[in-house]
Amino acid sequence: MSDAGELRDRTREFLAANPPGRTERLDFLRARFDAGLAWVHYPEGLGGLGAPRSLQAVVDAELEAAGAPDNDPRRIGIGLGMAAPTILQYGTEEQRRRLLRPLWTGEEVWCQLFSEPGAGSDLAALGTRAVREGDDWVVDGQKVWTSSAHLARWAILIARTDPGVPKHQGITYFVCDMTDPGVEVRPLRQITGEAEFNEVFLTGVRIPDSRRLGAVGEGWRVAQTTLNNERVAIGGMRLPREGGMIGPVASTWRERPELRTHDLHQRLLKLWVEAEVARFTGERLRQQLAAGQPGPEGAGMKLSFARLNQEISGLEVELRGEEGLLYDEWTMRRPELVDFTGRDAGYRYLRAKGNSIEGGTSEVLLNIVAERVLGLPAEPRTDKDVAWKDLAR
Amino acid sequence: MTDLLYSEEEEALRAAVRDLLTDHCAAAGVVARAESAAPHDLGLWKSLAQSMGLAGLLIPETLGGQGATHREAAVVLEELGRAVAPVPYLTSAVVATEALLDCGDEELLEKLATGRTIGVLAVGLHLGPGAAVPVVRLEDGTLHGELTGVADAAAADVLLVPADDGGLYAVAADAVTRTPRISLDLTRPLATVTLDGAPGRRLGEFGPAVRRALRAAAGLLASEQLGLADWSLTETVRYLKERKQFNRPVGGFQALKHRLAQLWLEVVNLRAAARAAADALATGEDTDITVAVAQAYAAPVAVRAAEEALQLHGGIGMTWEHPVHLYLKRAKAGSLAYGTAGAHREALAELVDLRAP
Repeated sequence: MSDAGELRDRTREFLAANPPGRTERLDFLRARFDAGLAWVHYPEGLGGLGAPRSLQAVVDAELEAAGAPDNDPRRIGIGLGMAAPTILQYGTEEQRRRLLRPLWTGEEVWCQLFSEPGAGSDLAALGTRAVREGDDWVVDGQKVWTSSAHLARWAILIARTDPGVPKHQGITYFVCDMTDPGVEVRPLRQITGEAEFNEVFLTGVRIPDSRRLGAVGEGWRVAQTTLNNERVAIGGMRLPREGGMIGPVASTWRERPELRTHDLHQRLLKLWVEAEVARFTGERLRQQLAAGQPGPEGAGMKLSFARLNQEISGLEVELRGEEGLLYDEWTMRRPELVDFTGRDAGYRYLRAKGNSIEGGTSEVLLNIVAERVLGLPAEPRTDKDVAWKDLAR
Repeated sequence: MTDLLYSEEEEALRAAVRDLLTDHCAAAGVVARAESAAPHDLGLWKSLAQSMGLAGLLIPETLGGQGATHREAAVVLEELGRAVAPVPYLTSAVVATEALLDCGDEELLEKLATGRTIGVLAVGLHLGPGAAVPVVRLEDGTLHGELTGVADAAAADVLLVPADDGGLYAVAADAVTRTPRISLDLTRPLATVTLDGAPGRRLGEFGPAVRRALRAAAGLLASEQLGLADWSLTETVRYLKERKQFNRPVGGFQALKHRLAQLWLEVVNLRAAARAAADALATGEDTDITVAVAQAYAAPVAVRAAEEALQLHGGIGMTWEHPVHLYLKRAKAGSLAYGTAGAHREALAELVDLRAP
């Protein structure tokens, strides 16, 4: 199955057998998965057809034209973008069969238990312990910045299984059932007033060994698959001109001439140009990927995206003058979706501050560019050959 | 959308130009030539323009050109920028050629296509696509007046001169006086052109011809600036891996690593913007906006790249002997050429309806 025409026919046959208008949403999504049209580059039997990834667009176009329901990818982004590729690469056949279908249909939401209060940029220093007891692992520790934890059925979890070896070697990767006793999810309120993230406390949580992904002690390598897929997902969207954060401020500028000043005009034009150039850069990156020439440019996209979002939203607060002094709502709530460009200017300004922290801080990303792209010498490391238990903390 | 990649043919063209420049445009030679009586490297020009046929890239094959597009010319300019090559490629093979294409003057296009004739548009280098253009007087059928700031005039065989009757005139270079000015950019020197009863041949209306020429110039200058910025980054990274202070490579200090990573990011962005402008000039789609975006972005990045190169080279970067000053001078002069970043942003305010207060 590597031919676009063949795939189009197959999609049309599927639509004829499962007409979207007369099929329940969940039944439709399950049938789509079983027909191998969920993610065509996945293997047969796991929602795919073993086809080139680029052919997914053929399926999506046919389904969209037929008005088919989708699996609401924004709601299940962690499952689709991070858990699924890791399960596919490292999971046993049994794990793949049990987990991937409800993940893709959205019946089971996933979250990620990686960061800890004491392990942010230095994720490999994490201290959540998993101790073997018979066929189970008993897990104790605290995780943080967990979006969707309050909605999730499953989590991908990394925990320390051997404190006596250097930090990268003593980590193991698990799938954690969020409904198990001992898992406690508490909302973590942010500067925006809402709680998009959670803290997750793990107290004596028993995870069967059959829910381990990859070998004991290999968790760091497994996590690289997850994290690489996260960075592909960030900044990977195709946008029209003014499609990002610049859109609302440009509209305000056009609609509200009374707010304009010369200083703001200069800054707006400069940021407009930078946003447009960033859009070209993203487009060029996608063209490189489509042509099978992936470049290192992807590492830079998130850096640009974070800085621009922050500067543009900051400008917008100023542009609004007296209204810039107001905020729409401080009431604590738990949104289901993250929307960087949603709500009002004040919210956008505050939420954008997280863009240079989440998914790798801008400072760490600059190190990565300097070392992996430019080949400059690595930072001096004093932690590589020291057992985790002997590290400074 | 726009094709922002390089085709295989474009990469082959790049490799050929880079080979030539590696052999015939070494930095030390460019530094030495800068102060000589012949600042332009006409031997190198001959190889590029005549042997490789690159003077005629934008000229149709029926007129002896290559019938290629701005995309290929942009690749040539990237390499020329990387080498700060002192050849009148942008001024003759792009700017004068575009003006002649607008006028449809086959006679001169055929000559420029061979590379044996160098043409220069007699308009100040600092003027952008929308600027008012100084003109000379047409009196009794001859041209009179003075035009300042004309880049590469010293190398020209023919000048394209706007006159007060609205016409663009072809004037033989030996019929005018060209007074070299001491220029900030030693590799793209300026001259004052004085016409005292010079005969000229009317080619067409100068308004649209000059506008078209300067728009192409602004758009493709971004590719030259990309080459310059890329050299500055690459050379600085190379040097900082080698240079040791405090018993370690200077490039291992995080303060410098972050500066270089930041610069890399800007060069990546500049590449996308420059490709977008070259492609927009080639296809004619969304050209005004894309060119203005590219030039509003490119010049400040090129200047910063050269300034960072100088600073991070430390003392050696301040010497006449090291070529980084040629790049700094080209970058700074380039930030005024064919409209400043500010002028292009001002143009965008109208083009995308983000109007001034």
